[in-house]
Amino acid sequence: MNQPTDFLYIAVILVSIGIYGLVVKRNALRLIFSIELIANAVNLALIAFSRMLPSPEGQIFVLFSIAISAAEVAVGLGIIIVAYRFYKDIDITEYQNLKN
Amino acid sequence: MVDSIFVGLSIITVGSAILSLESRELLYGGIALAISMLGIAGYFIILDAPFVAMFQIAVYVGAVAVLIIFTVMLVRAPNTVTKKETRKRKITGILLGLAFLLLAGSILGSSAVTQLKFNEDAPVFDVQEIGKGLLTYYSPVLIVLALTLASAVIGALALARREDIEERNEPTN
Repeated sequence: MNQPTDFLYIAVILVSIGIYGLVVKRNALRLIFSIELIANAVNLALIAFSRMLPSPEGQIFVLFSIAISAAEVAVGLGIIIVAYRFYKDIDITEYQNLKN
Repeated sequence: MVDSIFVGLSIITVGSAILSLESRELLYGGIALAISMLGIAGYFIILDAPFVAMFQIAVYVGAVAVLIIFTVMLVRAPNTVTKKETRKRKITGILLGLAFLLLAGSILGSSAVTQLKFNEDAPVFDVQEIGKGLLTYYSPVLIVLALTLASAVIGALALARREDIEERNEPTN
């Protein structure tokens, strides 16, 4: 039978893959992929603790978290489409004018 | 210790998470991300949370992945491996990821969390209990969340709107 630690190790591995993607990738869509990976790792840790305690609150929090990250993806993809219309590229190093 | 289903799910989840960042085509990356989300849903089923697993599949694999794939098709990025992604940046990223992995892994391995065990005869929470929690104690949160989702979707629509096309279409109407 699995222990809570196994799931937490998987969550840590997913978070570190997400950090790698956020640092290395310059493609705006890949950055959204990384953010989604980190959000999912957090959900996994919450569900593991909710099963261990045992308490249904963790599952309710995960439902909220999934809904919020869906909203975040919708806004992020909208911003990417607008930026692509201006710059004809989704490489974030090209988005120099957003700084001013 | 760990059973074979867990090992298989781990290989699928972590492997396709790496593939989603490293694949050459952005479209394949989006599909790999969807497979990784399916692996996470499998973990939720192992952890006796079938309702959350269903929600995860419906929202992530059904909505978010399709939205991402549509965006990939819409922006038609010609080159996915850009020249800005230098070797120095890549080495830094790998080192940073490994450093976090080692740090968090060693903290986790030496903490008291390793002593915790799953309660075998714990009651499995059904949808009824989650729904009761959502509609009684957490109902204000649910309302605020619904407003947040609605405003996010309306904001995304307003962002992606093209005014020049609308002005061109107006005389014909």
